[in-house]
Amino acid sequence: MNCQLASDSVLYANGLYRVVYNVAGSFLPCWLAYLIAGLVIIFILVNAVLLGAAVITWGERRVLGRFQNRVGPNRWGPFGMFQPIADLLKLLTKEDLRPQGSDRIVFALVPILMVAPLILLTAVIPFAKNAALASLNVGVLYILAVSSVSSVAIFMAGWSSNNRYAMFGAARAVAVLISYEVPVVLSLLGVVMVAASMSLGSIVEAQALPFILVMPMAFLVFLAGMSAELNRSPFDVAEAESEIIAGYHTEYSGVRFALIQAAEFGGVGVVAAIAAVLFLGGWSGPWSEYLGWLWFLLKTGVVVFLFIWFRATYPRLRIDQIMAFSWKFLLPLSMINLAAVTLEVFFLRGDDGSLTTADLGIMAAINIVVTVVSVIVFGNLIRDRVTLRTRQPQQVAVPGVPTIEVS
Amino acid sequence: MVGAQDIVFWVLAVVSIAAALGVVVVKDLFRSALLLAVVFIAVAGFFVLLSAEFLAVVQVLIYVGAISVLFIFAIMLTRNVREGNLPNRLQIPAISVSALLLVGMIVAAVNTDWRPIPEAAVEMVDAAQTQAVSGGAGSGSESGSTGIAELLIGQFVLPFEAVSLLLLAALIGGLALARSRGT
Repeated sequence: MNCQLASDSVLYANGLYRVVYNVAGSFLPCWLAYLIAGLVIIFILVNAVLLGAAVITWGERRVLGRFQNRVGPNRWGPFGMFQPIADLLKLLTKEDLRPQGSDRIVFALVPILMVAPLILLTAVIPFAKNAALASLNVGVLYILAVSSVSSVAIFMAGWSSNNRYAMFGAARAVAVLISYEVPVVLSLLGVVMVAASMSLGSIVEAQALPFILVMPMAFLVFLAGMSAELNRSPFDVAEAESEIIAGYHTEYSGVRFALIQAAEFGGVGVVAAIAAVLFLGGWSGPWSEYLGWLWFLLKTGVVVFLFIWFRATYPRLRIDQIMAFSWKFLLPLSMINLAAVTLEVFFLRGDDGSLTTADLGIMAAINIVVTVVSVIVFGNLIRDRVTLRTRQPQQVAVPGVPTIEVS
Repeated sequence: MVGAQDIVFWVLAVVSIAAALGVVVVKDLFRSALLLAVVFIAVAGFFVLLSAEFLAVVQVLIYVGAISVLFIFAIMLTRNVREGNLPNRLQIPAISVSALLLVGMIVAAVNTDWRPIPEAAVEMVDAAQTQAVSGGAGSGSESGSTGIAELLIGQFVLPFEAVSLLLLAALIGGLALARSRGT
């Protein structure tokens, strides 16, 4: 059997797939080579997501420990690096509990449905030039579509657990997801417009100047919106342990709980990678021909660190504050960003619709000023309303007794 | 010889029909909403087979990410939802209406000339695809999305705007209904 991948195949551009297919095809039937090459890719993807999640769990606990002036896990392995393995072993040995009256099939499906979108997202992220496992030309939309599936999974978790707290957590999580979807999509629209493409590879190549400088406001909105969609502190009302135990994953234990946790921490990594690709220039940097993957990982690490920093710094918001932050702060900012970028692209683009590096520089100069002004203006607007509502002293009037102020 | 595309098509066809039957037959309302999401994903798979990736992605984004979630919210707010999908006495009218719909759809599907888009758009899509296959990820040549954009903002701009007006009216109507009950 001599089976070689035809050069006009859609899968030809994927170097890894091509090599595996050709090697396997040299002594196996074609359909088996096809299957094996696909399975190798899937194996790598699953492991990348789960290993990434493990590294981020460890990193988050260590960094959070330093922020809180304590050590963090440091017992097993260098710097406590093997802690995730110990955690996993502990979780694997735990009993697999299912609550009475739960919807068993849906309950069992949830952990899979939480991890699957992450694996699908990892497939399109370009780790270096031409190093995405699947380069789609509708990449940005694909990211939005696949990540929107997770809201259904959260609902399934809340509903099938047959537990009030799980249902509350799911309703809160989905409300947050829906609200923050709008500003995030609007901020990505600016990126697509400047890059004139939805393919992640072309977006990286269009960043002669990283888009974090060209449109800082879109980056801020994306970062805030994404940390809300990932249910991370300060937006983690969906699993606020002081109010509703653990939210939608209250009833999960053992290996299912491990998968849900892996999905949460893996989600941080995937979102950070997407932010690195869309705003920080992805693989570009000095010697990007050889060190592209290193630049990419470095930028992803910086964004992960930002997420941990947010979590360590801000206290949890109330649900109405979260909603106000999305609709009254992030949405206007993303609209202003979109309007500014549209006008700039319209006036600056050349006859063939392309933007030069000098154009990007002009846009950066204008947009940084616009960002500072609008963040200050809208920050003041929203702050006044919030303080008015929360700090109003309540007068408790009792006849004959001087009024007491309850703050 | 059966190609990989045929296998995928038949898998998708069986899954989508089974899930669609499940939506109607299953008693648990929540499960039928989930099965509806499965139908939507299978339809997105058909779009991928027709190399309309843009439509497939939008299908998942709108139908799975938004419409299914809306259904689930509606189910959550339904009273006596644990009793499930109760039967009623409208079975015969329902069967006749759905049979009529089925006949109408089959007739429409058979009689339609399946190249209703203008030749210019077809050429544009073809050019985009050859460019994508030859490896040059050219800017602006997104499989079909540029063609769709040209048509939506160009030839079909009036229906496009009319649809957005309709959606806005529905939104305001919903808001008005929700408010008047509260006060």
